[in-house]
Amino acid sequence: MGLGSFAKSEGGRAATLLAPPFLYALALLALPILAVVLFSFWTQDFMTIDTRFTLANYREFFDKPIYGVLLGRSLMVSGIVTLVTVLLAYPVAYFLSFHVPSHRKSLWLFLITIPFWTSYLIRVFLWKVILGYNGVINSGLVGAGIIDEPLSFILYNVNAVIITLAHAFAPFAILPIFVALEKIDRSLIEASRDLGETRLTTFFRVTLPLSMPGLVAAVLIVFIPTIGDYVTPELMGGAGGKLIANMIQTQFLQLNNAPMGAAIAMVAMVCVTAIALVFVALNRRWLRGRG
Amino acid sequence: MTALIELKGVEKHYGDYHALRGIDLEIRAGEFFSLLGPSGCGKTTLLRTIAGLEEVSSGSIRIDGRDMKGVAANHRPTNMVFQSYAVFPHLTVAENVGFGLRRDPRGKSEKARAVEEALDMVGLAGYGKRRAHALSGGQRQRVALARALILKPKVLLLDEPLSALDRLMREQMQLELIRLQRQVGITFILVTHDQEEALVMSDRIAVMFEGEIGQLADPETLYRRPATKRVAQFIGKMNFLPGALSADRREIDIAGLGRVATADLATSGEIDGAVSVGIRPETLAILFEGETAPRREVQGVVSEVVYYGDMTYYDVRVDGIDRPLTVSMKNLIGRPVLDVGAAARLAWDERALVLLPG
Repeated sequence: MGLGSFAKSEGGRAATLLAPPFLYALALLALPILAVVLFSFWTQDFMTIDTRFTLANYREFFDKPIYGVLLGRSLMVSGIVTLVTVLLAYPVAYFLSFHVPSHRKSLWLFLITIPFWTSYLIRVFLWKVILGYNGVINSGLVGAGIIDEPLSFILYNVNAVIITLAHAFAPFAILPIFVALEKIDRSLIEASRDLGETRLTTFFRVTLPLSMPGLVAAVLIVFIPTIGDYVTPELMGGAGGKLIANMIQTQFLQLNNAPMGAAIAMVAMVCVTAIALVFVALNRRWLRGRG
Repeated sequence: MTALIELKGVEKHYGDYHALRGIDLEIRAGEFFSLLGPSGCGKTTLLRTIAGLEEVSSGSIRIDGRDMKGVAANHRPTNMVFQSYAVFPHLTVAENVGFGLRRDPRGKSEKARAVEEALDMVGLAGYGKRRAHALSGGQRQRVALARALILKPKVLLLDEPLSALDRLMREQMQLELIRLQRQVGITFILVTHDQEEALVMSDRIAVMFEGEIGQLADPETLYRRPATKRVAQFIGKMNFLPGALSADRREIDIAGLGRVATADLATSGEIDGAVSVGIRPETLAILFEGETAPRREVQGVVSEVVYYGDMTYYDVRVDGIDRPLTVSMKNLIGRPVLDVGAAARLAWDERALVLLPG
């Protein structure tokens, strides 16, 4: 088979189309990850890297409690952010799918993307202004005479991180849930009502189970990026609100210990992968019922 | 028989669109009733107002003596088989059939037995554990039927239940639905646009056009004595001839056919003003060599031949009639199929004529 016929064959055409993004992904995703994997088995020897294979970094990760605490806090923060985001996003998606007339839906979707018009960083700073010691909430509450001195538990701690992240990721959660709700045949809901269920029980017996794939997608979309988020805990977390990503950054850039940073990153990645796989398996179970 | 469902002056507006225009209707207990009409005539809307899935704009619906105003679908003694079947894709067949039994006080094993019985009734015994999405269209339909019948509703509403099935399956299901209805004795209300389906299955049929009932009658009356040209055209085929009534209304002069006594004609009430006469194609006959007309005869020329296998449809031109008459003939043994242009003697019978307004 000559080259010409290869280019014309289906497989050849697919290969031609896929090659550029594949090379791009290889260079910018696979190779760096491979480098991180390698680094995690090396050690830092003052200014040079000792490239002998060792598990010392992993041993240190599990020996010193600080890493476990940070990873645990990261998982908890992501978990809460995911829960809050999905709980807030579901009613919005539901309203959008069931109560907004179809000719207005695209307008609403457009409006939901408005937060993306400003950069993530600016939105984080915005929350600083709202939650700060002399911020909108505190000066408002003090001015109204409800509190005597500004609340301190809303900035520079885990709470602030959770509030900021939940806001930032809300649109990401709304969209997959909306799509799943849109796909539900409305006659199924009518059938449930016809068979004796109320609006509420219909929601739990029909609507919610059928929107599960969207819900699981929303959970993954929020959970995976928030666990590695670095900017928000850095700016909003204060001393007690630092997460695993901040530790990785510290290892790489401040302590100049890239191998340790790489090892922490690897452990975090394995955790995320494991949790994501659980949700993918859940989704499979829900998706099996679709024809 | 008493009226199980009474509709009085039921109106439905969707914004500017007037979907139902003053529907008055009584449906009897145990009856197989059909709402027949072209798409957009309001038949499905009417069914949905009975089910409680649609509010009426004005008028009243009573079921079993109870006013249904403000009664939601889940509190009505009706159950519906949806056009799309609406079988829950995330549940098994048994879970689907048992969906409405949640509040049933019976124990688990008794409910399971009821589900099995319902599945057996629709010919799906042993299918309980299958997942609903793995079923064929016909099987989904049976699941939807079992799911509704297990609740023993006073009225079963069927929204075009057979339209998605192929012809063979549809004919089989028609007979099966009739059998089921006789077996359970529940009032069935069927919505269909298929006149043949309505004729085969129903005790009575309401023919609807543009949100109004055009005629309500049993299948035979509807076919033999349609009230209007529109009903006649919707149910079967019919030739229409202009006619002129004599001054004393005892005779009618029919274009091309001549005078007949009005008393011989079928009609569904007094008719004023302009009149037409309708003739079904199967009540006309082409006379072959040696045959004589039992009553009346007229000369014509074949202008079109459509061969259907068991039947042949001829268009026959007759002097004095501007449109050719359609005649259907059984293709009996030894009977030739005529060619276009052949001379044909037509036999007709005044007792098969229908007097219509317009």
